[in-house]
Amino acid sequence: MIGIVSYGSYIPKFRIRVEEIARVWGEDAEKIKGGLGVYEKSVPGMDEDAATIAVEAAREAISRVSIDPSEIGAVFVGSESHPYAVKPTATIVGEAIGVGNDYFSADLEFACKAGTAGMQICYAMVKAGMIKYGLAIGSDTSQARPGDALEYAAAAGGAAFIIGSNPIAEIEATYSYTSDTPDFWRRDLQPYPSHGGRFTGLPAYFRHVTSAARGLMEKHGYKPDDFDYAVFHMPNAKFPVRAAKMLGFSTEKINQGLVVRAIGNTYSGSSLLGLCATLDVAEPDERILLVSFGSGAGSDAFAIRVTDRIEDYPREPAVWDKIERKVYVDYAIYLKHRRKIKA
Amino acid sequence: MVPRFWRKIKYRYDLRGSYCENCGNYHYPPRNFCPVCRRRGRVREVKLPDEGRVLSYTVVREGEPCVVALIELDNGVRIISQLSCDPGEVRTGMRVRKAFRRYGEDGEDGIINYGTKFVLAD
Repeated sequence: MIGIVSYGSYIPKFRIRVEEIARVWGEDAEKIKGGLGVYEKSVPGMDEDAATIAVEAAREAISRVSIDPSEIGAVFVGSESHPYAVKPTATIVGEAIGVGNDYFSADLEFACKAGTAGMQICYAMVKAGMIKYGLAIGSDTSQARPGDALEYAAAAGGAAFIIGSNPIAEIEATYSYTSDTPDFWRRDLQPYPSHGGRFTGLPAYFRHVTSAARGLMEKHGYKPDDFDYAVFHMPNAKFPVRAAKMLGFSTEKINQGLVVRAIGNTYSGSSLLGLCATLDVAEPDERILLVSFGSGAGSDAFAIRVTDRIEDYPREPAVWDKIERKVYVDYAIYLKHRRKIKA
Repeated sequence: MVPRFWRKIKYRYDLRGSYCENCGNYHYPPRNFCPVCRRRGRVREVKLPDEGRVLSYTVVREGEPCVVALIELDNGVRIISQLSCDPGEVRTGMRVRKAFRRYGEDGEDGIINYGTKFVLAD
């Protein structure tokens, strides 16, 4: 039985409200909140980036189980905001958590689904007997052009998963759906991403998320009723709610993982933080459907069954508790934290 | 700058200090020689506790204000470290825990320096 042996999450403590961003750009905050379903978003500290977030999440995952970091045979970090264009984030993480030098490693990039791609690689490597444990992380301090619609949701956060045998949550099956869809991109040396506006909906997000979920269910014989919870990638709060409806999942099944309303879209960390929040409350034998989405485009779907081991597993502090620990910043401080203005 | 930073990565990324088995003294950053026992010293590397409390602090107001604190770790070892917090939040006696943060960068095209700072414990 292979699956999630431990998990950890990290959300920077700073928040900016939709009202504050709308005030600067002369937009109607209520309309934006109604349209996106996002009320505030997380903002990294001045000394935080995707690497520091990845390390903090990984350290929490390791601290919750008695695993010697040297037993981790692979480290993959998925992000679209790796601090370096060339030089891996994963080696910084490996060094900081004390993995040693005997490990497989790479940075992954697939917009918002690079973290779940890392989970699939770790799962396959454990299954093949190449490694005992693999560490897969999704971490981002996502970028948005000032004044762009993305600015209301592009947030910071991350989650880390140790994949191995005797898990607290078994990965029963995984399936991916991928196509060449130019819904969102960032060219080399460009500071901010561009997107296709409305094109990001039906041909991109909904096509891939629903196809991956249906593909997983058809190939492995599941139906929506077999799942107690569902987590879909959260670019805003509207898309996952609609995807759940299209697939026949009630809103009760997705509410626990719907962290986007309070912290925004943490990109590679988004669906993974939703999974962490769901694992925080899940009981043995409950089953979770996880579907990520990465622009460009693809979705990774997972059927995850919680095992008895979760009963003795320390799940505090919970993701929703971390969400509540916050300090609000105004738009000027936000610009400084995002290094858009300097002294 | 690059080799100077690279040599210290192991001790900056985590709280790895040295312990002398002869006299029981800890040192951070680690030393390969015990200044008390000298030739009789038996020094080995140890991982220091993740948490401690603020004994004293000062705010450096050269550019962006930053808090530098004297921290007593839970095993009694005292170290100096930067506290990543608002200068108005910190008080003597506060519980703190280690955090992995950016120290700075060597210009826009240079390496980024990471290391251990402390944050206020929950």
